[in-house]
Amino acid sequence: MTTLSESQSKALLAPYGVPFLTERIAADADGAAVAARELGFPVVVKLCGDTIAHKTERGLVRLGLRTEGDTIAASRALLDAATEADGPVELLIAPMVSATREFIVGMVVDPQFGPTVLLGVGGVLAEAVADVVVRLAPISVVDAEEMIDSLASQALLGPFRGEPPVDRAALVGVLMALSAVAVADPSVVSVDLNPIMIADGRPIAVDALVEVERP
Amino acid sequence: MTDRAEQFRALFDPRGVIVAGASTHPGKFGFVVLHNMLTCGYRGAIFATNRDGAEVLGIRTLPSIDEVPDGAADLLFVCTPAATNSELLEAAAAKGVRAAFIASAGYAETDDEGRRRQDELVALADELGILIVGPNGQGLVSTPSSLCAQIVAPYPPPGRIGIASQSGNFVSSFMNLAIQSGVGVSRALSVGNAAQIGVLDALEFFADDPHTDVALLYVEGIGDGRRFAERLGAVARRMPVVVLKGGSTASGARAAASHTGSLASDDRVFDGMCAQVGVRRARTLTEAFDCAAALATQPLPSGPRTAVVTTVGGWGVVTADALADTDLELAPLPEDLLDQLDRLLPPRWSRNNPIDMAGGETKDTVPEVLRAVVGHPDIDAVVMLGVGIQSNQGALERSGPFYPDHGLERIVAFHERQDRRYVETADALSTEFDKPVLLATELAVTHPDNAAVAAMREAGRMCFPSAERAVTALAHLKAAAAWRRRRGLDPSGTR
Repeated sequence: MTTLSESQSKALLAPYGVPFLTERIAADADGAAVAARELGFPVVVKLCGDTIAHKTERGLVRLGLRTEGDTIAASRALLDAATEADGPVELLIAPMVSATREFIVGMVVDPQFGPTVLLGVGGVLAEAVADVVVRLAPISVVDAEEMIDSLASQALLGPFRGEPPVDRAALVGVLMALSAVAVADPSVVSVDLNPIMIADGRPIAVDALVEVERP
Repeated sequence: MTDRAEQFRALFDPRGVIVAGASTHPGKFGFVVLHNMLTCGYRGAIFATNRDGAEVLGIRTLPSIDEVPDGAADLLFVCTPAATNSELLEAAAAKGVRAAFIASAGYAETDDEGRRRQDELVALADELGILIVGPNGQGLVSTPSSLCAQIVAPYPPPGRIGIASQSGNFVSSFMNLAIQSGVGVSRALSVGNAAQIGVLDALEFFADDPHTDVALLYVEGIGDGRRFAERLGAVARRMPVVVLKGGSTASGARAAASHTGSLASDDRVFDGMCAQVGVRRARTLTEAFDCAAALATQPLPSGPRTAVVTTVGGWGVVTADALADTDLELAPLPEDLLDQLDRLLPPRWSRNNPIDMAGGETKDTVPEVLRAVVGHPDIDAVVMLGVGIQSNQGALERSGPFYPDHGLERIVAFHERQDRRYVETADALSTEFDKPVLLATELAVTHPDNAAVAAMREAGRMCFPSAERAVTALAHLKAAAAWRRRRGLDPSGTR
């Protein structure tokens, strides 16, 4: 089983219609600063590499960087945090999305039932809250709609803290995209889109982790 | 008829049955199964074999299957030790037997030798064109043929629920609930080791069976999950299916490093599969039976808007709480319905849902209120509480020292007549308006001969032992209807 880097994961998933932010890759801190200027502040900088799976847990994500100076400092710190075991690493620069609601959308091959698509309340509390719905891939649009309807936390889907309701059709689109991945690419063992942030009601995947099984 | 259908016909509606290994000892399977078949009124021919040719329960046993007239029996019930069963199968096939139930143990549940024996038995049965159920199973029930070919009780009342189970105990439990509720069973099958025939084979038979409207399954092992989901789903489009799964909490270890992998537990995947293919999954034995009974005896609701009608206070409040935990809605009462109820009820009535009649019944109040509520287009379903309480008072009066004097005889008869009438009205309105009307009272279990409870049983419907159980069953009906509607399937198409 191989874990793809965040940028490789996103490159694999984007053609299926998973909504991602416009991002830049940079090899060093100066490159990161240039990318940040192009994208517009504030930005997020993450350290990415083929073997880095859970960046948040390792402190490899720096949020809300507002200046070139901050970006350079954060980038250097991230590169310094890389270990031998991480192999080749790079910096990923993305616009900072501020959102109060986070979901997780995923795909995993179940040993008994084969590929499944999962939707849950996401973010760092995903596993503790465990408000999760699963279906077997491929799913229909009706299946995807029922997944959204089946979440216990329905209040998160309506208007929330001054933000508009979640665009359900767009969220259905994310679920359908992962279903399509499961059908089209049997080498994909699992996909994490965690978190899916809800920005102005629209779901955006700000992280992606793909595991593949290569012969 | 396909070969498999013909085999199932022989299993559930045999022209005649051979019991191999009949015994004079009342503790042996070979005695009990014969006893149960004779006692429950099977109308076909019964043959029994016994090495010594002894008489068992008035049946002259035969020393060998060879003595059975050709074509007189098409089902074989096997109680003999595992080692001899291959020969039995061959002899039975020669006589025209198409199905066999193997109650004998000593197969794959024991050791490798047993596993080998079981594989050989299946290979032989396939070659002979015989369907075999078991081994190591408890038996089968088929009420259209008054057949109780089981090594344990009970024998349920006839009805429309088909049961297939990987555990014989659950067949017994479901049938005990059928007896208690009066909501009956068409066929029941314990698949034992499921060497050749599993619960899904029985399920597929139920889907084509004119005697079965609802399937009720107990499963533990699933095997190929994809295939299981496909077969389950194909039947669920044609017939309501209720599944109870054992071992739900066992967590599957996943190798995946992903959050998704750790969140997608076995139980959540199974749950999602059931929701996706349109199967109702129940969490407990009683929930499973209640759900099947509701599906078999109530129409599906058009939506979630539920009215709770109660003769007095507290029950309605608790039922409203139970509704709040489901996808059902406590329907707001529309103005025109309020007006109608104002005319029928005393001023102290709740003027809200739950519709608390505040004990203000005259002779015709309850039937009139029920008609107004069930008939209203903004109400999709009704839960009715408090029936039977007057008859329960009547029962105390009837058994007391003052009966039949002091006017007691007349008033007791009146209350019983009224309670019957309320139930008959609920039943008739449910049919007239094609809406579920569920009755709930603990009298269903505490006083099964209460007039209201008895009337519900005679109407062929379930009287739920608690409001919570009625609400849970109604939530299943609503979900079943919603699943069909969202896929463009006719919600009433399954019954």
